[in-house]
Parts: sequence; structure tokens; C-alpha cells
Amino acid sequence: MIQPLALEICVVCLGIFLLMADSFLVKTDKSALAYGAIVGLAGVFVLSFYTLPAAPDLALSGFYVTDTLGMFFKRFALLATILTVILAIDHAPVVARFIPGSTPQAGVGEFFVLPVFTCAGLMWMASAADFIMIFCALELVTISIYIQVAYMRRSVASLEAGTKYLILGALSTGFLVYGITWIFGMTGQTGLMQIGEVLQRIPISTGLLFGIGLVLVALGFKIAAAPFQFWVPDVYQGAPTPVTAYLSVASKAAGFVVLLRVLEPLLAVPALQAKLFPVLSLLAVLTLLYGNLAAIPQTNFKRLLGYSSIAHAGYLLVGVASLGAFMAGRAIVFYLFGYLLMTFLAFLVLVPVAKASGGDEISHFNGLGRRSPGLALALLLSMLSLAGIPFTAGFLGKFFIFEAAMDQQNYVLVVIGVVTVACGFYYYLKVVRAMYWQAPPEDAPEIVVSAPSRVAIICLSALILILGVYPQAILRMFP
Amino acid sequence: MNPLLSQSPLLFLIVVPLIAAAFIMAGSNAKFTALLGSSVSLLFVCILLAAYPKLGGTGYQFWSSVPVVPQLGISFTLGADGLSLVMLALSTLVTVAAVAVARTPEKNPQWFYACLMFISAGVIGAFASVDLFFFYMFHELALIPTFLLIGIWGSGDRQTAAWKATIYLALGSFVLMLGLIGLYLVQPEGNRTFDLVKITRLAEAGLITDASWVYLLLLIGFGILVSLFPFHTWAPQAYASAPAPAAMLHAGVLKKFGLYGLIRIAAPILPDAVREFSNVLLILLVGNILYIGYVTIAQRKLDWMLGYSSVMHMGYIFLGFAALNTVSLTGASMMLFAHGLSIAALFALSGELRARTGTLDFAELGGLARTMPAFGLFFGFAAMAAIGLPGFVGFAGELLVFFGAFSGGKSLMSVAGGHEIFALNSYQIATICAVWGVVISAVYMLRAYRKIFLGTQNERWSGLPDLIGMPRIALTVLIAVMLVTGFVPQLLVKLITPALLP
Repeated sequence: MIQPLALEICVVCLGIFLLMADSFLVKTDKSALAYGAIVGLAGVFVLSFYTLPAAPDLALSGFYVTDTLGMFFKRFALLATILTVILAIDHAPVVARFIPGSTPQAGVGEFFVLPVFTCAGLMWMASAADFIMIFCALELVTISIYIQVAYMRRSVASLEAGTKYLILGALSTGFLVYGITWIFGMTGQTGLMQIGEVLQRIPISTGLLFGIGLVLVALGFKIAAAPFQFWVPDVYQGAPTPVTAYLSVASKAAGFVVLLRVLEPLLAVPALQAKLFPVLSLLAVLTLLYGNLAAIPQTNFKRLLGYSSIAHAGYLLVGVASLGAFMAGRAIVFYLFGYLLMTFLAFLVLVPVAKASGGDEISHFNGLGRRSPGLALALLLSMLSLAGIPFTAGFLGKFFIFEAAMDQQNYVLVVIGVVTVACGFYYYLKVVRAMYWQAPPEDAPEIVVSAPSRVAIICLSALILILGVYPQAILRMFP
Repeated sequence: MNPLLSQSPLLFLIVVPLIAAAFIMAGSNAKFTALLGSSVSLLFVCILLAAYPKLGGTGYQFWSSVPVVPQLGISFTLGADGLSLVMLALSTLVTVAAVAVARTPEKNPQWFYACLMFISAGVIGAFASVDLFFFYMFHELALIPTFLLIGIWGSGDRQTAAWKATIYLALGSFVLMLGLIGLYLVQPEGNRTFDLVKITRLAEAGLITDASWVYLLLLIGFGILVSLFPFHTWAPQAYASAPAPAAMLHAGVLKKFGLYGLIRIAAPILPDAVREFSNVLLILLVGNILYIGYVTIAQRKLDWMLGYSSVMHMGYIFLGFAALNTVSLTGASMMLFAHGLSIAALFALSGELRARTGTLDFAELGGLARTMPAFGLFFGFAAMAAIGLPGFVGFAGELLVFFGAFSGGKSLMSVAGGHEIFALNSYQIATICAVWGVVISAVYMLRAYRKIFLGTQNERWSGLPDLIGMPRIALTVLIAVMLVTGFVPQLLVKLITPALLP
């Protein structure tokens, strides 16, 4: 049995060790680092089931909480990072092409190691219960992702993505700090629990609302909620594919965890509830409409997934805007986990297909049903789950979210949600059409899938189906 | 006791097509495996039908229940009463026929049969589910196979048809999902559930009130799935483009899900709401019968005509549902069965015809009865069954619907001041329109028969082979079942009526 804090420390140490190993031990085949990272993170994942409750002094400080939600998202971050590294192994040759170096694999090593540091940041974030801590963890995540987005430094698209993400990330950080300052100024506290206690006593002032608003804007950037979503498509398309996946799943999930944590003390105040729920509903409506409508004309698969990630942020926000309901919190968690499964599954298929076909347009998937039936089946499952077909995790996520929204009588959200689900069917099935209706190109090269990817694809597909009929596997963690 | 052994035999019924699909994907002989799987299902349903009266003959039998999301009262509950058994018999019978008449395509034959098996598993699961959540989930299982079947192996403007149908149906199903969530939320807090039996009990105890918005959501959701006017536009095009087995399964069985749902859920649980909105529904269903009826007459191609006719016939079943008495509901349920068989036979024949001639345009066909007498005979039988002529089960169903619907509502006939006041209520007006609909369907069906099989024959069609082999057997069985149940409708009534209104 170990202290929960040890998990993060282990991950950081793993990252430092791997960086050292990159310099001194591993000379030729850098993918050894990736396997090291996978094994190490898997080890931490196993360790996470043998943790003690946080030490009393740590728990009392209000900095670091190890509740069910926190532990769940620590494991979520570890899982997402492992999958990202698996993607990175397959994607490394593409990355290497855009990095000048004396040997073919020079400079690829860090590509496998940086996600480990991001993971540490995500795990801190899962437990952060104080604005200072939230800020530090968020920056650890964001800064390490800046580097990863711009990693292919000979690729203009990657550099553009990196610059965009840097500027807008910095902007959102500015909003966050400024918002925290206002909240601190009004309540005299940075700890979320303490803020909650103060809020019960003091009247709701404009300054406080301003501060909360700024924090919401900053988190809006992180979870890619409209109208703070405009960086998403370019960054997602330009970044190396594994980083795109990481960004769209782990970073978004962390944003939602922080949002849940920040909203918890705020929503306990009835006066704030009446102000916050309309704002959250508005965000949800805008995000749903923008993400789904803008996804319809897309022809690039990565960009499509970028818009789809905005759309899913919209459904999650519907859940956030219905937080009073019994199922809402569980629905969000379940939805996020389902989202992890189906998005990574899509990316796990995208990477080898893009590598073999030389691009990530939807037309590059033409005839995949005949070229590689297994991959096509996996992508079919992922698309169906993203669209929300029953017997997949994606459907149950939507079902729980809609149940919560109807319970809270958010009928506008529900109606818009249903209309946008129909849009979703259109653009996700576009990929299915390319795979099964269209003929493969004459000179289609063979698609090679590495062993770890293969295992990951099978595991994720199985999990999507299992959660699609047995959601208790996740729900029972949150009694 | 082993949890697997304590499962309902219905689980076996759902799993058989899935296993067949798995074998097909793994590379076994596609058509043979599909035929074997669907025949096993059919045989098994026959056994259940035989066993049902011995188990008491009323209520749900073959029961099993596994909790899935206890927080929301969702459990995987299987069970079948007379009505479900009739629908299960219809599903498995049509599946066997669809597989038997299927022509193995050159493109990905495994996928083709696997898709058919998935649809079959979906409809069987839906009709065998007592839990509304799984009832819904199983229906959706058929959505994607339909999309693939039309899109890959369809004919004509198949891509547009597949898109339109899929998006429309997806939208309809999500509206339906909201309706089911609504039905969950109007139950009194504390013992909310998705279990149909428990909800019905709550409704009988008068604990479900103020639920007309739930009924509207259910009506629109189910209405889109059943092609209720004006939500019907996806159907004719999809059926015209779909390969014959897909059209048979969809029009014959899958579409019945919506009406089955209304009869099963709305009629016993929300009768007040049904009566409240009866006028809206009556207007829409008369739209189905008269407007679509005339549109059907105007069709110049057999596949489109059949597509529209299947939309039109839904109007009668809606009428039976709207009147909400035991006679009309029995009639509606019988028509589900009757229409499923007759439209499946007609789509099978039109598929065979398309495979022989390459066209279904009335202007190009003619005089085919001379070269294909048996084909003409089968088509004649199927057309007469679809019109609802006496002797076929459709007649019994229509008659019950008309009798039931005419006595629906509050009678306006009265005697005041020594004068008889002759007035018709809206149910009676709708019934009269529906009776006129029978004439309309006779017009287009018989006209189709004349244009295709009578008259002068085009030289091109002189060497066409007649109906032989498996398709012939399948159609013989379909027509035989329609005749037997038509002459002895008591077979169905005994099963269906106890399952209806309490």
C-alpha cells in the first residue's frame, strides 16, 4: 500500500529516467523508450489500485483530494497516455521525416517521453482542489503539449498548430489567472472547499461573478467549448496524430474534471445556480451546434475528429448544465470514458491507414472494408459508438446525459441534442460509406499494424461493446 | 443455479442469428449458414408457440431478468406473451423467406448475409424484450445493417436512399428515446423503472398522470419509424432501392416495431393521452390511407408502388390503434402479422422480377403470365392478400379494425325531440375513409397485375424462367400461412387478445 501522491512521483521519475536513458542508454532503436514508458505507466496503473487514503495533513490542506473521481481520472490519464505512446510508436517514422538529424531516429526519443510528463500533470489535475494547484497542474500539461504539437519542426502545419496553440493557450492561462485573482480577492481563499464555505456567508458580488466568468472562459478553451473552440480544427489537423488524440481526449477530460471540481462549491449556492446554469446551457447549445454543423462538410478525417471532439464537448456540457440530476455526474464520467475508448480506437486505425495511404483524408479510407477487414470493423465500431448506436459505450453515454437533462427539464438542450445527433450520424457514416461503399484504389498498399496497436485495437473494441451492455462496470465505482 | 441455465429460452433465439453471423464472417458458406440459422430460429419459435398454451396461455412466459443499471431500473428482461410470440413467428418466418430468396451478391457475400442476420437478431430481441430500454436498443441494432445493405447492394439511386432513410430513422429513434426517458420520468419517484410490466401496473394504479407530452414524443418517434404521414418520405425510396431481402425484412418486420410499440406501450399505459390526441392521429392516418393511396396509384414502377403501398397500409393499423378498444387492437395486431407476410411476399416477387428483367417499369413489362405462369399466380395471391380479400388473414385483420374503429369514440347518433339525429364521430369518418382505401389498394394492386402479367408480351421477355427452387418454396409457405390464418383467424385471436388491454 502506498500514498496516492507516490503515483505522480513515480510517473515524474519514470519520465526523468526515460530522458536519461534516451541520452545514454538507447542509441539505435528509440522505440525501446516507448515500451519502457508503456511498461512503467502500466505499472503505475496497477499500483493505483493499492493506494491508501491520502495522509490526513495532506487531505486537510485542501490541496490534494483523492476521492473516487480523482482516482478514476488518474487511471484515465494513465490509460490515455499508454494509448498515446502506442500511437506514437506507429507514428514515429512520419515524425522522424520532419525532424532533421544525423541519424534517422535522432530526436524521436523525446516524442515518446514527453507524454509521460503530461501524464503527471493530468494526474495532479485530477486531484487538484485548490486554484493554485489547478493552475500549476494545468500549466505542466499545457507546456508539455506545446512542444508535442510543434514537434515536427520541418512541417509547416505542425509549426502553425504549435504557434496557434501556444498563443491561445497563453491567452486562456491569462484568463484563468486573472479569474483566480478576482475570486481570491472576493473570498480571500484559493482552496475550493474554503471558497465554498465563504460563499455561503457573503453576498454574490459582481466581482465574484466576473472572476467565475473568467475561469469559465479559460476552462472553455481547455474543453474546446464554443465560442472558445476556434483553435481546435487547425491545431488538431496540424499536430502529430498521437498528440491530436492525446489533446482531444486527455486534455479535454482533465478540463472537465477541473470544471466539475470548480463548479461543485459554486453550485452549492442557490443564487449562483440560477446564474450559472443558463450560462452553461448556452455554452452547451453553442458547442453542440457549432461542432456538429461544422463537421458536416469536412473531408479530412483528422479535422473531422477535431470537430467531433467539439461536438462531444457539447454533449458533456449538457450533462454539466444538468448537474442537479442524480445521474448527471455519473453520466459525464461514463461519457468521458466511452469517449476515450472510441476516439483512441479511431486514431489507432487512422495512424496505420494514413501511413500506408499517405494522407488522412476520408477518401484515403476508400475500400478499407476490403483492404483490411479487421481495421475497417474496428473503425466501424468506433464511428457507430461516436454516433451513438446502441450496444456501444457511446450510446449509453448519450442516453445517461439525455436522461439527466430531461430530469432537470432542460428541454431546449435535449431538443438541440437530438437534432445534432442526427447530424452526427451523417458525418460519422460518411467514413463508413468510404470504407464499405467505395472501391479501394487500384494501387492500394498493404496496411501494416504493429503488435501493440493490434492489442490496443482489440481491447478497446471489446471494452466499447462490454460497456455498451454492462455500464455498471464504470457506474458502480460511483455509488 | 447456473445463471446461464436460468436464462430464458428467448435468449437462445436472439443469439442464434448472431452466431450465424459470426460463422458467416469467419468464412463458412454464407447462404447455407444463414438459412440454417434462420430455420433453427423458426423451428424454435414454433416450439415456443406449441409450449405457450401448456404454460397457461396468458401473460408473459419464458421469463428471465438480469439487472443492468439498477440506478435507473434498467434490466435485461426477456419474456413473451401471445402478441410477442406472433411477432416472433412473423420475424423468423420472414427471415427464412428473405434468406431463401436472396441472390448471393458478387460483392462481399459474407457481409450481405451477416447484415441480414443482424437485422434478424435485432427484431427478435426487440419483440422478446420486456424492458423498454432493451426493446429500444435491439431495434437500433438493425439500423446500420440496413444502411449498409441499401448502400452497398441496392439498386437505382441507392446512396441517396440509404442516407435519407438512415438519418431519418436515427432522428426518429432518438425522439423515441426521449419518449421512453419521459415515460421513465413521469413515474412516481422512488420506484421508476423501464420494465413494461411494472409500468403497466403503475398505470393501472393511476400513478402515471399528466403524460400527454410523453405520448406525443412516442407518437412522433414511433411514427417516423413506421412512416406515419407526413414522416413517410424515407420509406418508398429506401424500399425501392433496397435489395429484396432487406426490403422484406424492413417493411415486413422491422417497421412493425413502431406499431407494436404503440400497441404495447401507449395503449395500456397512456390511454388518456391517446384519446386526447386521437383527432390528430386520425387526420394523419387518413393522410396515410387516402393521400398515400392516391400517390400509390400514380406510381409507374413496381418497386416504388410497393414502397408506397406499405406506407399506406400502416394507416389501417394506426386506425386500429387509435380506436383503442379490444376489437380494434386485435385487428391492428393481426394486420401487423398479415401485412408483414404479404409485403414480404410482394417484395420477394419484385426482387425476383428485377433479377429476371432488369426493370420494374410497368410500361416495359406485360404479358409475363404466358412465360411465367407460376410467378403470375404467386403474385396474384400476394396482391390479393395485400388488398385484404376474404380468405387471407389481412381480411380478418381489416374487418376487426373497421368494426372496432367504427364503434370507437362516443357515438353522436341520438334521438332528440322525436327526430333521429344522424351524425358521425371522427372515428367513424376515418373508418369510412379507410374502407375507401381498400378500393384504392384494389385499384393499384390489380392494375399492377394487369400491366405486368396480362396484355401483349414484349419480345424481350419470351425466354424468362419461371419461379423455381427455394424462392418458390419460400413464397408457397408465406402464402400458405396467410391462407391458413385467414381461414382460421381464431389461431391468432386466441394468442393476441389476452395480451392486449387489461
